[in-house]
Amino acid sequence: MKHWLFLITLTSLLLAGCAPVGVEASSAVNSPPGIATGIDPDAWNSIPAGEFLSGQHEHPTAVDYDYQMMVTPVTNAQFARFLTDALASGEIKRGNVGIIDYYPGDVFHSVKHEIEISAGDYLLLPLDKDELRLVEDGDGFQSKTGYENHPVTMVTWFGAQAYCQFYGWRLPSEIEWEKAARGTDNRPFPWGETIDSHYANYYGSRDPFEVKTGKLGDTTPVGYYNGQTYSGFATLDSASPYGLYDMVGNVWEWTADVYKAQHYRYLRGGSKADYGYNLRVWTRNNAAPDYYSPNVGFRCARNAS
Amino acid sequence: MLSLKQRFDFLFRSTKGLVLVAIAMISLVTAIFGMLSGPMAELGVHDFVVRLLGIKLVEAEREGRIIMLYHSIAQAVVAIEVYLITAQVAMKGGQKVRINSTITVGYLTSMIFGLGFAYFGRFWVFHGLFIFGQSLVFFAGVMLAAALWPWNVEYHVKSRSYAHTRSGLDLERVAFFTMAVATLGSAIFGAVAGSNFGNGFEAFLAEDVIRQPYKTLLQDAIIGHLHIMLTLIAIAVTLIIGRWFDFKGPLHKIAMPLMIIGTIVISLGAWSVVVIEAAHTIIYVGSVFVMLAALMLVIFGWRELIREGLKAAGPKKSAVIAGLRRLLRDPLQFGALWQMVFMNFTVSGVGIFMAAKLDEVFRVWPWREERIVLTGHWHILSGIIATIILLYYADLAGLQGRARRWFGWSLIIFSNLAFASVTVFEMKRLFVSEAQQQPLVDTVMLLTDLGLAAVLVALALLMIWRLADLYWKRGRWVYELTETAGSGIDLTGEAAAPDRFRDPGAVGSHTAAAK
Repeated sequence: MKHWLFLITLTSLLLAGCAPVGVEASSAVNSPPGIATGIDPDAWNSIPAGEFLSGQHEHPTAVDYDYQMMVTPVTNAQFARFLTDALASGEIKRGNVGIIDYYPGDVFHSVKHEIEISAGDYLLLPLDKDELRLVEDGDGFQSKTGYENHPVTMVTWFGAQAYCQFYGWRLPSEIEWEKAARGTDNRPFPWGETIDSHYANYYGSRDPFEVKTGKLGDTTPVGYYNGQTYSGFATLDSASPYGLYDMVGNVWEWTADVYKAQHYRYLRGGSKADYGYNLRVWTRNNAAPDYYSPNVGFRCARNAS
Repeated sequence: MLSLKQRFDFLFRSTKGLVLVAIAMISLVTAIFGMLSGPMAELGVHDFVVRLLGIKLVEAEREGRIIMLYHSIAQAVVAIEVYLITAQVAMKGGQKVRINSTITVGYLTSMIFGLGFAYFGRFWVFHGLFIFGQSLVFFAGVMLAAALWPWNVEYHVKSRSYAHTRSGLDLERVAFFTMAVATLGSAIFGAVAGSNFGNGFEAFLAEDVIRQPYKTLLQDAIIGHLHIMLTLIAIAVTLIIGRWFDFKGPLHKIAMPLMIIGTIVISLGAWSVVVIEAAHTIIYVGSVFVMLAALMLVIFGWRELIREGLKAAGPKKSAVIAGLRRLLRDPLQFGALWQMVFMNFTVSGVGIFMAAKLDEVFRVWPWREERIVLTGHWHILSGIIATIILLYYADLAGLQGRARRWFGWSLIIFSNLAFASVTVFEMKRLFVSEAQQQPLVDTVMLLTDLGLAAVLVALALLMIWRLADLYWKRGRWVYELTETAGSGIDLTGEAAAPDRFRDPGAVGSHTAAAK
């Protein structure tokens, strides 16, 4: 009898784990509080020329020019504006499953596992995915309500690059991104030496959005971790030495580099769905340039001049 | 004082005591350092442990710490295998003592000072002692290979039931010898590369360079080293379990040449990773040989268990039910072989699928996701090897009756639950889109934690039982010490495989270890 009781309890526990948390989660995802963080997504900050320590092993690396980077990742509202304007001007166009644009292709080296990226039209953003936080109306695109200042996601590398180029900017290189995140000392995180859940949005960080959706989390508004307290959830100021927010956590960020013999594009910063150690400034990730994900966004860079 | 000395003798001079100490050390390390990650970290236990023990965690040193932790545990596992081999395979008493004492000092030095260096501040003397400990383990391996030299007529088989050549060369001994030599070569392979990356501490994990199109020879060597060492540890445990079951007969005669060829081919394949593009193909070929040999052991072992059941049941009962009941009656014996079968679903199967669909599936995923699959299946293989060793040790430790059944089945069911859940977690993108993964992740994480926690509780209970036993004047340890008093070992080739030393053609009873 005791054995049966134990087995029934165990089975109940296991079945409880299979409970459809997605039902509640989905409704929560669709109606988040649109929190104003006070951080302006249209702002840019300057990063001065000079040497910094790159990578885990702190190699002195020179960046011999001044440049600027967006203070936050590109938001849904900003990307919706871009889609509306760029479609209207004919810079980008609609394809079968989403928005597409021409890319001139990469040099192909026929190395094992390398996939050829030839000249042609490539997907910038799928329009048939529920995860997209953008909606189409009669006049173009706009953000889903409440997500205006959340980082845009589901954008491919081609889409990120097209956005930056449309405004005369570019994606940051990996080196530019890392210097902007780390500054000139050897800190592992933009704000300093250690990480805890009040600094950034990552797996198990228990922010109010994650509490509603589960540990893989939801995006937080850009600049959320700035020292404010939101409905009892206290954040710490996580700005990088150059005043950039969300450099780590929330969403991975596409970078510009195209490396010899690989089609992969590199991502930096870690996301809401990654463990804290992935948020160390030197951590790299990569994916094919047509990859999109609810965990991937981007920000732009531009020359100081 | 005398009783303290006797206990010391048991723990450090008997095979069962040495195995117990090594398992206890691994358990301790797992218990402490397991609290720094996973659910324990999420629950805040990580911060408590770090403060309590004064652990110094520097973010940039994380990879280096993990490498030292892996090596500390792996060398203790290697030590356990060496203890069992010196006990099971005939060799001179002096050789056994020298090998066991050297490897014991080696792995303990390496573990204590390696973890001291990695987690409690970079005190360089400790790093030197970590390397020194590893060197002793290697030197013990050299002595083991010498002791296993199979062309000594003294060690030729005298029974036709075992795989042998016309001259009587014991092919199982050749398999042990080949595994030992290949392990030494593979250790050097890793040591050369490790010395390079350790000099200046540009430590990296193999999974972090996996997508680089151009890797240096030494980066390739690191990848080859970790794969082949784990494979050879698995081969060693298969041979050891074969001895436990007194593997013999026609299947043994096919399996041992396959195991020897497979070990050589896999090792050459792994070493050639640095120079040959097609190294993976060589490894696959070698793997087929080794896996077929393991399959034959499983068939032999289960058939023997079923045969005993049928014999005991007599003609009245249904043969199928009686056979099945006997097969499942002892979870320790059944489980050791079942874990080898289960490995195919969670390690080999995943590896083959991954190789076949690498560009089509896994390289479409982001790198961090591919990394989860890689680290996941390595960890599962390590876990499976650990459970096989624990099942065998539980038998050696004399676990009987209900405790034996509960321990055995807990280990099998909960480890399988955990490893299957991790496999589903690794492969989740095959089943659900990225945005819909939360319910699946919650479920498999819960099942994984539940499974691993149950396995650790079972292990803790086993350890507590053996620790408590040491307090008793007339505990099991006294019997086990007496058992070893004569030769310093307790599982001599004669005891573990009685038929091996009988007259040619003789067919004896099943293994002495089978209960």
